[in-house]
Amino acid sequence: MTEQTLLTAENLHLTFGETKALDGASLHVRAGEVVALMGPSGSGKSTLLHCLAGIMAPESGRVVYDGRDLTAMSDTERSTLRRGEFGFVFQFGQLVPELTCRENVALPLRLSGVGRREAHRTATSWLERLDVADVADKRPGQASGGQGQRVAVARALVTQPRVVFADEPTGALDSLNGELVMKMFIAAARETGAAVVLVTHEPRVAAYSNREAVVRDGRVREQEFAR
Amino acid sequence: MSVSFALLGLLENGPRHGYDLKRSYDDAFGRDRSLHYGQVYSTMARLLKNGLVEVELEPGDGPDRKRYAITDAGITDIEAWIGRPEKPEPYLQSTLYTKVVLALMTGRDASEVLDTQRAEHLRLMREMTHRKAQGDLADELICDHVLFHLEADLRWLELTTDRLDRLAAQIRR
Ligand SMILES: Nc1ncnc2c1ncn2[C@@H]1O[C@H](COP(=O)(O)OP(=O)(O)O)[C@@H](O)[C@H]1O
Ligand SMILES: [Mg+2]
Repeated sequence: MTEQTLLTAENLHLTFGETKALDGASLHVRAGEVVALMGPSGSGKSTLLHCLAGIMAPESGRVVYDGRDLTAMSDTERSTLRRGEFGFVFQFGQLVPELTCRENVALPLRLSGVGRREAHRTATSWLERLDVADVADKRPGQASGGQGQRVAVARALVTQPRVVFADEPTGALDSLNGELVMKMFIAAARETGAAVVLVTHEPRVAAYSNREAVVRDGRVREQEFAR
Repeated sequence: MSVSFALLGLLENGPRHGYDLKRSYDDAFGRDRSLHYGQVYSTMARLLKNGLVEVELEPGDGPDRKRYAITDAGITDIEAWIGRPEKPEPYLQSTLYTKVVLALMTGRDASEVLDTQRAEHLRLMREMTHRKAQGDLADELICDHVLFHLEADLRWLELTTDRLDRLAAQIRR
């Protein structure tokens, strides 16, 4: 398993006051695989995802991405890494309301120095790929919930990240729209070869993964690798 | 089928007489299907023949001179049964419930039993999700039907996992 391991959490601990959010959590993510993090609410799934993505720092334990120790990096190094290699999809509220959907998708490219015309062209092709080209010139507020999440997926994938972190990406959607988002999200991730860390408590959403890891009381029980 | 594993499992904590076995079974699993003595003795006879239990004879006469004890082969068998996930299909709960209760009684990790089953369910859900993506609308509807049922089972597994402490306390009483 080590030869292809892209991202590893080793024995993470993190407490909030009295709450042990992470209590010895470990996880391995291989390049290109889709891992579902499941488990009861409050078990530490989001905290683990935030630590894996370098958004939060654990009190002890290590997070290693592609041979580099995230926990030993400076804030600047970490945010550079996040911008270049990681993509994010959250439940809602991640799109900038004042920008059009196309501008939202183009934003990560613009931030990493791609010219406006080029960024918009790439953004448009991603919106087409996720079947939301018709909202390209609308603001996120004018798109439906399902369309908004597909725009968010486009934005997460537009920089061709190696890992996409998704925390309950369908949590605010009905099941039909949720399925549509998952179908397109995972198909696109597989095409680009991105690994996905997917937090969900919905089995039907987790069924889009290659394997699941169950989080309980801040620890992880990994299942066998699927064939 | 799960009755014979249940009886076998009840012997793991020590040898028992037939009537004692029936009573323990009824207490733990017999909610709406208590065992007949005949069923206990016929099951024991079969387990005996297969070498999974052995008999310790006590002096005197009458049917209850016999005490049944589990053999090493019996322990191996029950171990394998508890650890093996069931094929996801309807009306699975009573078998799973039996496994979970036996695991708790014999000091095994009951949450692992549930997690193993959960992995098996999710494996089939993946298969259905994949098939759905390849097929036409009819396939999609059929797969969705299966998916909803598997999902209901999974919720039960999750809920049972959350209630293991309470179940363990109840069993110890
Ligand atoms: N910023 C925070 N401040 C205080 N407690 C927190 C914070 N973030 C998470 N927690 C607590 O840590 C535990 C794990 O939270 P979380 O990782 O969000 O769980 P999950 O995503 O599995 O629902 C919970 O008990 C939660 O209340
Ligand atoms: Mg969460």
